[in-house]
Amino acid sequence: MLNPDFVARCKQHRVILAVAFLLIFPLLMPFKAIAVNILIYGLYALGFNMLFGTLGLLSFGHAALFGGGAYACGLAMIRLGLPWWMGIVCAVVIGMALAAIIGAFAIRTRGIYFAMVTMALAQCVYFISDQWVSLTGGENGLRDVTLTKIDLGITTLNFVDPLTRYYVVAFFVAIALFVLSRILASPFGAAMEAVRENEARARACGYDVRATRYLAFILSGGFCGLAGALQALHLSIVPLETLAIANSGLVVMMSLLGGMGTFFGPFVGAGVFLLLENLVSLWTVHWQIFVGAAFVACVLFFPRGIWGTILLGRGR
Amino acid sequence: MSDIILSAQGVGRSFGKFRALSGITADFQKGRLTSIIGPNGAGKSTFFNLLSGAFEPSEGRIIFEGRDITGTPQHEFARLGITKSFQITTVFPQLSVHENVRIALQALVSRYQIWKSRNSLPELADKADALLEVVGLTERRNRAAGTMAHGEQRALEIAMALAADPRLLLLDEPTAGMSPEETKSMMDLILKLASQRTVILVEHKMKLVMGISDRLLVLHHGELLAEGTPDEIRRNETVKRVYLGQREH
Repeated sequence: MLNPDFVARCKQHRVILAVAFLLIFPLLMPFKAIAVNILIYGLYALGFNMLFGTLGLLSFGHAALFGGGAYACGLAMIRLGLPWWMGIVCAVVIGMALAAIIGAFAIRTRGIYFAMVTMALAQCVYFISDQWVSLTGGENGLRDVTLTKIDLGITTLNFVDPLTRYYVVAFFVAIALFVLSRILASPFGAAMEAVRENEARARACGYDVRATRYLAFILSGGFCGLAGALQALHLSIVPLETLAIANSGLVVMMSLLGGMGTFFGPFVGAGVFLLLENLVSLWTVHWQIFVGAAFVACVLFFPRGIWGTILLGRGR
Repeated sequence: MSDIILSAQGVGRSFGKFRALSGITADFQKGRLTSIIGPNGAGKSTFFNLLSGAFEPSEGRIIFEGRDITGTPQHEFARLGITKSFQITTVFPQLSVHENVRIALQALVSRYQIWKSRNSLPELADKADALLEVVGLTERRNRAAGTMAHGEQRALEIAMALAADPRLLLLDEPTAGMSPEETKSMMDLILKLASQRTVILVEHKMKLVMGISDRLLVLHHGELLAEGTPDEIRRNETVKRVYLGQREH
């Protein structure tokens, strides 16, 4: 556990620290591609955690929002011939729209039922994408989502260069982090905390619990859609598996690993998970055993997750 | 008729085949402290939950200030001017005491603003401090609400109920589980609040409310058994019979 005074001082400068971290991060990583992946999955986990950590709702269908964003970006570029940045806008909009549809059903339920409804609807999205081959490429995925050059007017960025690609992705992630922290600090953020802490009291105070959850679900969809779009641009392809149930479970695991109760926890969880996956798989194909063991150890001994334990101590 | 703030007209509620409450008709006068009493299982809490909007009556209507509020969603009650404290302590345990009250205040002015900072509403923070002073929790301001003593959490709950500046305050067994000292200071607080607004109090312990209530409603087996001033209730033979043999706590 870090000294609380030190943590408080860091929090005052967290924007600068976060930007500084994003700038030097790729230089610390063994491969630049991992750094990009960590950013993308970190953003996905943060968007997911807006429901999970902030509101206490465990969704098992966020792959539909992440994958929906990825497909939206790819389809906008390939089928509609839109520029890449319009693809990103489409991804955010589609992420929110899918969240609005899934959320309309899911927010009526809670607990395990919420998890089941979100999972079932996400599976629908998966199978639609699988069957609608003419649009999505079916199980081959959506290919040729190519972005090689970004024309900024004064200069042209080479998106194929790993470091440049990292900084382009980091730019969007930084914007998303800023927006997310504004939302959490807003009156609506307070309403979400109230709903998580005690529904009955939140209602008696005058908060519409359902509307609060619904809006949070839609906003969460926007962040996950953006993460999906960045993933599509990064990989130049949208595999069907992006929508698969494993991708929904992955983000739950990342959030728990890093710590759902803190702002950056899910991001740290994504980073640790992906690093373990990449490093362990260098010497054994059974990397999942080790990552799984790390996860179990974390849940058993560090219930606040890695980042939560660093900031707040072990707890409980 | 204008001195009647709330009126229940033939209000009843069934849970499946079980009829918890049937056909209660009662008027609550403005500015008075009315207590709803009765033995265990009399339907007090059910009646309270219908009046406070926690659930809808299966029959009858509820009129607040001349307006039919039957079936109004719970979250609109605070803005109508009706707030409550629960039988089981209901606060936001991980948030600070001050933030608990600030959030209760915020519900009336901002619920869906996502781009403003919550600190941009400084008047709420000041009001929250003023309310903490009313219930005597100023020193607990920065504590996590869940770490306070039971009696203090109940006092916090009252502060949160007062946030909407309600014209009608509903309290469900506010002294449940309290020590004698805590009970005493809670009763003092309730009397202080009752001098400024209408209060309806649900209480199991008859002795507690006899001294402070303007009027009493006695429920028994889901029906209204008697209604009147504390003196009338004390003399009422039927009420005596119902409470007879049952030791008061």
